[in-house]
Amino acid sequence: MPLSGAQLADSAWNDAAIKLGNSLGAIAGFLGILLVVFFVAGRATGRFGRPTAIAVFLGPAVLLLLVGLVAPLIRTVYLSFRNDDSTRFLGGKNYGWALTTDSIHQVLLNTLLWLLVAPVVATGLGLALALAVERMKWQALYKSLVFMPMAVSLVGASIIWKFVYEAREAGQPQIGLLSEVVIRLGWKHPPNWILDHPLNDFLLMAVMVWVQTGFAMVVLSAAIKAIPDEVTEAARLDGAGGLRLFWYVTVPMIRTTLVVVLTTVMIVTLKAFDIVRTMTGGNFGTQVLANEMYSQSFVQFNVGRGSALAVILFLAVLPLVAYNIVQLRKERTTR
Amino acid sequence: MSTQTSSVTVPLPAVKAVRRSFSSPLGSLFVVVVTVLWTLPTFGLLATSLRHQQDVADSGWWNVFTHPELVLSNYHTVLFEGGFGVSGGLMPYLVNSLAISVPATVFPLVLASMAAYALAWVRFRGSDTLFFVIFALQVVPLQMALIPLLQLFSGGAHLGSFTVLPSFDLAGTYLPVWLAHTMFALPLAIFLLHNFISQLPRDLMEAAVVDGASHFRIFRSIVLPLCAPALASFAIFQFLWVWNDLLVALTFAGGTPDVAPMTVRLAQLSGSFGGRWELLTAGAFLSIIIPLIVFFSLQRYFVRGLLAGSVKG
Repeated sequence: MPLSGAQLADSAWNDAAIKLGNSLGAIAGFLGILLVVFFVAGRATGRFGRPTAIAVFLGPAVLLLLVGLVAPLIRTVYLSFRNDDSTRFLGGKNYGWALTTDSIHQVLLNTLLWLLVAPVVATGLGLALALAVERMKWQALYKSLVFMPMAVSLVGASIIWKFVYEAREAGQPQIGLLSEVVIRLGWKHPPNWILDHPLNDFLLMAVMVWVQTGFAMVVLSAAIKAIPDEVTEAARLDGAGGLRLFWYVTVPMIRTTLVVVLTTVMIVTLKAFDIVRTMTGGNFGTQVLANEMYSQSFVQFNVGRGSALAVILFLAVLPLVAYNIVQLRKERTTR
Repeated sequence: MSTQTSSVTVPLPAVKAVRRSFSSPLGSLFVVVVTVLWTLPTFGLLATSLRHQQDVADSGWWNVFTHPELVLSNYHTVLFEGGFGVSGGLMPYLVNSLAISVPATVFPLVLASMAAYALAWVRFRGSDTLFFVIFALQVVPLQMALIPLLQLFSGGAHLGSFTVLPSFDLAGTYLPVWLAHTMFALPLAIFLLHNFISQLPRDLMEAAVVDGASHFRIFRSIVLPLCAPALASFAIFQFLWVWNDLLVALTFAGGTPDVAPMTVRLAQLSGSFGGRWELLTAGAFLSIIIPLIVFFSLQRYFVRGLLAGSVKG
């Protein structure tokens, strides 16, 4: 007998209570064990006091890092040199496959395009907004609204934009905002946005730009505020103004921050697979490296190829993250 | 232009002059246009989720301005009943999101603050090196760890024929997701909290030691209370990171209503719900409402945590 709506809701609430109870129970258990360990270890005194403290405080974190990051890192590199069920050594064949197959060429090309376009547009827009929003009334409101997409998941953002890009046959009432707007502007037969390659690549990138522009704006706005007045006073006395001042004084003064913002968005862009996965599933010529890695590894179970793609992704991200972290550390130490 | 007249009367510093030229009427217009563009898609999502099925199918959401007829029934349908060809509602997934996110925030927060305290205040030979290694682990992208970690959770660890770790039967529980999130959060969490904890006043720590307090006591009664702001920032960042995550959940939770969170389900539905936009938009809005509430109510902590965490791997 099919359940009625009320019964369905009832069982859903029961299920919820059990799950949340388990989850809170796990937290209580975790904290309880820690308290007991603290109590017992706290009684160790004298010669054993310090080593016990070090083991208790650092042990769990170090163990989890070894099991969860260090060992997998090594193993992924190892797997990338083996065939897809890891029974044979292949040498560099997986990498050869990644660099010579046509379909992967398209993937790498798309990834490069994403890497070049999305971060530059997001950072540029963020910089323009940071400069323009200064001294405006309701400044905080504009900033929050532009920053808001950063709070939303990339899956949520993708659905929001998929709806914007929804297209119907010309002549039917449109329900997607983009189609409606361009038709009102006089474009009689707009394409089906998501299916139209290479346009769809850029429409997907727009989602990333939508999410990251607020981040760029907030960080750059803070950097601009931090430029000391006396440093630029001289330039102004020399007669620099407007755009010249912007290019020769403001931009050089915030160059480090600009580069950090750019590389940060690049890192996010390289690793994000959510947008492509949710909007097109990698079809219609929109596939990128991060999503291809996921598909190879966990949809087709080609462990060797998936690992090789992960290593390529790692090597691509490595210089960007390394640069960022060094900058972050420098800032911390000079402050 | 107004820039010229004011630069004659008040000699503005150069940066202000730049700002002025950008805060011209044109600049303000630009900001307003971008803000509207940035807000409109989310508003469209909300509006669509509140309209009748037939209205959504026949007309664009901008018609709510002329025909404001709103209902909440889509939310009931999508939560408890499911939709066309999709059985079961989103309620279990929403619960899973919460049941995953809260422990996956508490575990790394506690373990990282313990580790950060030891690295900062219980110095030992090699502690600097260890801190640097943990710090450097931030460069490892998640993708590098997924396959081996999944193999470990499902098959155990073996060296030749010797079993180092047996296979745990964890499928269908939250444990793999909690563990994976905890592991991946640690490098950044330890780094951030270490920065904060190492700045605590030395006198205070030394006084506590002189009074005979053990490290455990110092950690509980001095370090944790003083670190509350840093802990709050990181907690908010981590909670939203987990709540919004798709990659870890998809890999370690599978797609079943037992464990999978909202993001996983929505990614599936965005393919299969097809024409039922009033349901998909309601589902999507349910998944973004909690981050939005957190964002608008705790904006300062949120921004701080987010900026600090922007390099997370």
